[in-house]
Amino acid sequence: MIPAPFDYVRVSTVDEAVAALAEHGEDAKILAGGHSLLPIMKLRLAVPSVLIDISGVEELSYVRVEGDEVAIGAATRHHELEKSEVAQSEVPLLPHVASRVGDPQVRHKGTLGGTVAHCDPASDLPTALLALGATVVVQGPSGRRSIPITEFFLGFFETAMEEGELVVELRVPRTGSGGWGYEKFTRRENDWPIVAAAAVHLPDGSVGVALANMGGVVLKASAVEAALAEGKSIEDAAELAAEGTSPSSDMHADAEYRSHLARLLTKRALKVASGETGASTAESTAA
Amino acid sequence: MQVSMTVNGQQRTDEVEPRTLLAHHLRDNLGLTATNIGCDSTSCGACTVIVDGLTVKSCTVLALQAEGAEVTTLEGLAGPDGELHPVQAAFRAEHGLQCGFCTSGMVMAAVGVLADNPNPTDREVREGLEGNLCRCTGYHNIVRAVLTAAESGPAAGRVPTSKQEVSA
Repeated sequence: MIPAPFDYVRVSTVDEAVAALAEHGEDAKILAGGHSLLPIMKLRLAVPSVLIDISGVEELSYVRVEGDEVAIGAATRHHELEKSEVAQSEVPLLPHVASRVGDPQVRHKGTLGGTVAHCDPASDLPTALLALGATVVVQGPSGRRSIPITEFFLGFFETAMEEGELVVELRVPRTGSGGWGYEKFTRRENDWPIVAAAAVHLPDGSVGVALANMGGVVLKASAVEAALAEGKSIEDAAELAAEGTSPSSDMHADAEYRSHLARLLTKRALKVASGETGASTAESTAA
Repeated sequence: MQVSMTVNGQQRTDEVEPRTLLAHHLRDNLGLTATNIGCDSTSCGACTVIVDGLTVKSCTVLALQAEGAEVTTLEGLAGPDGELHPVQAAFRAEHGLQCGFCTSGMVMAAVGVLADNPNPTDREVREGLEGNLCRCTGYHNIVRAVLTAAESGPAAGRVPTSKQEVSA
């Protein structure tokens, strides 16, 4: 399979990328790792007329501490996040989840900004970013703006970005030694999650919980978070994990089973985050 | 558009359509047909090559994305005198193949695993090869081959570079 013809523009700065987006209009797409975009272009589900390649934009590749937050450049590749010592010590949920994306070859190309902009409801890293209460920094013709991640994912492959904007940075709180858990249920190790749950103890004392593949976008488990804030037990709070979700039924699982998985994986993730149990391994995962 | 890259130590500059995939560029333009295209959808890993020291699936990379890069395919692993790379030798010794279709991608992925982790456990090898499928299901011998290659030392994770090739 070969994509439909397109023009290719290579840029080396964010300003050049923004200028190229403005010049080529709504038919232009940003290319970073290309591991979400190129497959759908090969299937002709996307037919952009121009690709703007930002993979060589060095100013978009970093993981660094800035005050109370960790700032991560949008073109940071999954394997770079996985190996980042800053990420491992300051926000260890993220490098762990990065290590669970796809397979090594995919992690060598895929980028954090790309997975956020692509907005797939089954994506691992957006789920972790949602649990962390990240901020998405985008840049466009009128400059930079910050969008809370809870307002970023609008619908199936639809984000709050305006025409001409691209993701330039993700900002997350420094959770340090705060507990975290990520429980992902797949049929094969490198599959997309049938359902996944992320839980993380945040610096403000709250617990962030988010779910993958329980609706048209990655979702906050708001009922669970509220129950925990009220002092409910992990078992009782996790029972509420499927509330407010709209899981689909497909060949992998029906909606009822996905709801069961959401409750079970949320419970496990919360228990791992609280230090009650160790993380599930491929061998021990059974649902 | 023009694209330049170093492939197996040789500088190559060619004219390609922007939509040309790296796998097609290697096979059709450069005649390097060891790189197989299996699923053509980033799943099976048969098209795995090494770009700037890291394994990638060349069916999901544009040739233009490898501009200026150092690309190694299976053809570039053996020494100039034909001496097999330690991973190739181990695949032969342990019979790490059945039909052979996945083998070039499997060998390249194995070099990547050993470059990242020179002394992997059985489980780490399996996790490292999770992006490569063998439809014959011959995984046991493949894993054994990678563990055998690791015993030969750090050379098993070595990716030949143009500098080594030129000086050789």
